[in-house]
Amino acid sequence: MSVAGSTRILRDGVRLNPWLAAWLAALVATLLVYQLREAWPWAVKYPRAWNVPLSFWISGFMKWLINDFDLGLFTFKELTRSLSWLLDWPLAAAKGLLSSGFTFSSDPRAPIVVERVSWVALIGVVGVMGYSAGGLRLALLVGGCFAYLAVFGQWDSAMVTLSSIVIAVPLGVALGLFVGIAGFRWLRFEQAITPILDLMQTVPVFAYLVPILFLFGFGPVAAMIATIIYATPPMVRVTMLALRQVPDEVVEFGRMAGCTTRQLLWKVQIPSAQAGLMVGVNQVIMLSLNMVIIASMIGAGGLGFDVLSSLRRLSIGQGLEAGIAITLLAIALDRLSQAFANRPPPDHRRQELTWVARHPYLLTALGILVVTWIIGLVWPAVHIYPETLEITTGAFWEDLVEWINVNFFDELEAVKTWLLLHVLIPVKRFLLQLPWVAVIALLALAGLQLGGWRLALLVACLAGFIAVTGQWAKSMVTVYLCGLSVVFAALIGVPVGIWAARNERAHRVVQVIIDTLQTLPSFVYLIPVVMLFRVGDFSAMIAIVAYAVAPAVRYTDHGIRQVPPHLIEAARAMGCTRRQILWRVQIPLALPEIMLGINQTIMMALAMLVITALVGTRDLGQEVYIALTKADTGRGIVAGVSVAFIAIIADRLIAAWAMRRKQELGLA
Amino acid sequence: MATREQSASGAGASSGKAAAKTAKLTCSGVWKVFGQGAKEFLARHDTAPNAAELTGAGLIGAVRDAGLEVGEGEIFVIMGLSGSGKSTLVRCLSRLIEPTAGAIFFEDQDLLKTSEKEMIELRRHKMGMVFQHFALLPHLTVLGNVAFPLEVQGVDRETRKRRALEVIELVGLQGREAYYPRELSGGQQQRVGIARSLAVEPEIWFLDEPFSALDPLIRREMQDEFLRLQNVLRKTIVFITHDFDEAIRLADRIAIMQDGAIIQIGTPEALVLDPATDYVAEFTKEIPRAKVLSAQAVMSPLGDGEAPSGGVPWNTKVAELAERLVDSEEALAVLDAGGRPIGRLERRAVLDVLVGRTGGP
Repeated sequence: MSVAGSTRILRDGVRLNPWLAAWLAALVATLLVYQLREAWPWAVKYPRAWNVPLSFWISGFMKWLINDFDLGLFTFKELTRSLSWLLDWPLAAAKGLLSSGFTFSSDPRAPIVVERVSWVALIGVVGVMGYSAGGLRLALLVGGCFAYLAVFGQWDSAMVTLSSIVIAVPLGVALGLFVGIAGFRWLRFEQAITPILDLMQTVPVFAYLVPILFLFGFGPVAAMIATIIYATPPMVRVTMLALRQVPDEVVEFGRMAGCTTRQLLWKVQIPSAQAGLMVGVNQVIMLSLNMVIIASMIGAGGLGFDVLSSLRRLSIGQGLEAGIAITLLAIALDRLSQAFANRPPPDHRRQELTWVARHPYLLTALGILVVTWIIGLVWPAVHIYPETLEITTGAFWEDLVEWINVNFFDELEAVKTWLLLHVLIPVKRFLLQLPWVAVIALLALAGLQLGGWRLALLVACLAGFIAVTGQWAKSMVTVYLCGLSVVFAALIGVPVGIWAARNERAHRVVQVIIDTLQTLPSFVYLIPVVMLFRVGDFSAMIAIVAYAVAPAVRYTDHGIRQVPPHLIEAARAMGCTRRQILWRVQIPLALPEIMLGINQTIMMALAMLVITALVGTRDLGQEVYIALTKADTGRGIVAGVSVAFIAIIADRLIAAWAMRRKQELGLA
Repeated sequence: MATREQSASGAGASSGKAAAKTAKLTCSGVWKVFGQGAKEFLARHDTAPNAAELTGAGLIGAVRDAGLEVGEGEIFVIMGLSGSGKSTLVRCLSRLIEPTAGAIFFEDQDLLKTSEKEMIELRRHKMGMVFQHFALLPHLTVLGNVAFPLEVQGVDRETRKRRALEVIELVGLQGREAYYPRELSGGQQQRVGIARSLAVEPEIWFLDEPFSALDPLIRREMQDEFLRLQNVLRKTIVFITHDFDEAIRLADRIAIMQDGAIIQIGTPEALVLDPATDYVAEFTKEIPRAKVLSAQAVMSPLGDGEAPSGGVPWNTKVAELAERLVDSEEALAVLDAGGRPIGRLERRAVLDVLVGRTGGP
């Protein structure tokens, strides 16, 4: 429509672009409403008396569900508790294997103890896995990561964490696979779950920790369920996508061969979609690790608990070491799963070997387990890493922070104060004084222009929900913190992305850095920030920028690289300089892609925002966090859903813009 | 549509080779219309809307009123350019795609009234299909791929292995059983596709542009291979191609499709001699006639009591007999299937064909 508008200007020269006129009118109206704030205070600040007590209703419903909901043979609470009892079995088995060992004791004086897998054995086994999937380099990387856990005294906690991961991941993968298959089979089911998936991926995890706590009790099982809920949605999406991408001909072949629907699925479609599905498995692993710290809030224990408790005690060194342990675990599992996914498929020679010759790695791994177990019987150091050999760098980090704070306190403080006074606080004030009515109207107008009346309606309703449930002021603080962080992330990320796109060496370096940044669990970002800047909005912002900058870099890099080479050649043939090519060809064409990167940055910023509640922000994140500590289901969910709605509004508007722009450029 | 009558004229000119056979697969009035409310739309228009009406309703007529009859043991080629609806039509014939209207008979069985369960049985035992991009399962070996149709039927491991090895040998891939598809060249992959479709000994064999994704040299080799196999197997074949040369080379009869409709059905010879529309003529123009026309098409009637010496069967292609005639002064006799002379072949008529001079017979 705007295209039609601008051509009209070209034709008769005087008529104003109707969209421009609409925007001007809306801005004037906003100013007017603001000027009339004495007469119409309700239009600027949402009146408390109008609040819909949604959070009370939800809390009430939750109470009813747990206390009174009877399914006939058993109550709802019994159902959930028995489910958690069921899930406790595999979890206990994994924990026994990796962490606590098994004790069979009919007679408490003479227990029969089967020891856990020793540290030497496990490092050996993951090393063999690394070697089989990706060669010596990967073996050293993965083995090194696990060795860190032993050497730095993180082994016990790490094994608690690992045992919950090794159970949560297969369950999440299986659940995601089945839901994804259902969505693939039945269009209507897909339409039903898509908004739920959107919501699950944008609602901060904290928000559903409380109901899980109520339903499944405090402990590792509840934590694992939260992890699965958090980690599964991408698997569902990936499953649907991967199954759709199986070539039509392959499916037709399956049908012509006379497959039943079930045979078609399990013998044709899923094996053909294997590579795509493995991407989903990797996602589940990474998200499960991302949940480690949050899950420890409802009883997961392990490394997450270590980080959380040292963060609370401001014990920097310990927190950092445990945080690094999580990171290394994440890196090891990520690279390992990626290597397995990308492993070249077997060739014909494999078929001609005997079973033993076909499974050298499996046999080696088993051999290591047996041999180390036997050696461990006579030499306990093989079994339990000797405490005397443990290293800790905790004191070093604390000294370093101390040193920085002693020597650079004034400089750091000056930067922080300047930014707070001249950027953060003015923006926050401005947003808080915007009339809510006008903000909703402006959002709707943007929706109308970018995606038509449906989008306008959606955006207005979501924003309206936030106002009606009494979350407006906190939402504006959220928008301010998130918005500024995104601006800073874009200011850093886009230029870096452009640089990486135009320079091969920079590309490689940047790639490694953002890969690492994306493997770091979000909590880890808080540790150094709090060390240097203590709590507050400023620290939160820095942590958010660090966490959310990666997609801005990645999409910019990718967007510029995918500009068709013949266009660059044409530009060069016309005599463009490198700078002209960048500004006149590459950036305009890459802009939709860059905007999608910014969109991702916004999503990640919002996810991080909730976690920064731990360092004392005053936004929706804090609201969710308080709800968690007070076990207030309704309050947490309403605030969490509000965060999700902010995310969805931003996402839909930007995606609509990028889509339209791509179509105009003929890229979509 | 106007094209219906024209198609009949082409089919009538066939030399009787296919007409004698019983029909294995027939369809009539088949429509496939994509878009919302296609079925109701067709019913509203008496199952005969024209192109403008379709476009007006926002529908796409991928197949429009197609009718054909494939005789037992015949190679029936459906030829058309991309977007002509040939692939959709062949998928309608095997009911991979549900036609919007029409009737399809496999022998005496009405396929559109067949339940999904019976359809599965039919596909398991009586139908085979080869795909343009091979459609091999990447996670299975050659043996696994070829045995796959048997596996889904529940044939036991030993039997299916034996049978699979047989067809693998038939297509000349022995020694490659343990290879994975990605280890094979395009031509080899399509041999696997062919072996796989033959593993269940189908009665009707669909080939959807089987050689289009191959290099020209390999394509030629595979066409020869295909003819060799058909000499042994005598399947009823529906072969899709966009390549008119390929159609001429392989077909007993050809159906030409344009914009979803069949505009002419006939033997290669009939198409070349009597193209129904300019569109068909456009394809036949560049075809070397000597390779298509048979002795029967070029002969002149015998005079009373005339009995020329020597003789060639009625269906010998001009290109094959030319050398004999160029060397001899005498006209040749053309013999029917029983060895009786039915006409005489003039040297001049053959030369006309060879140099591409028209207005001959």
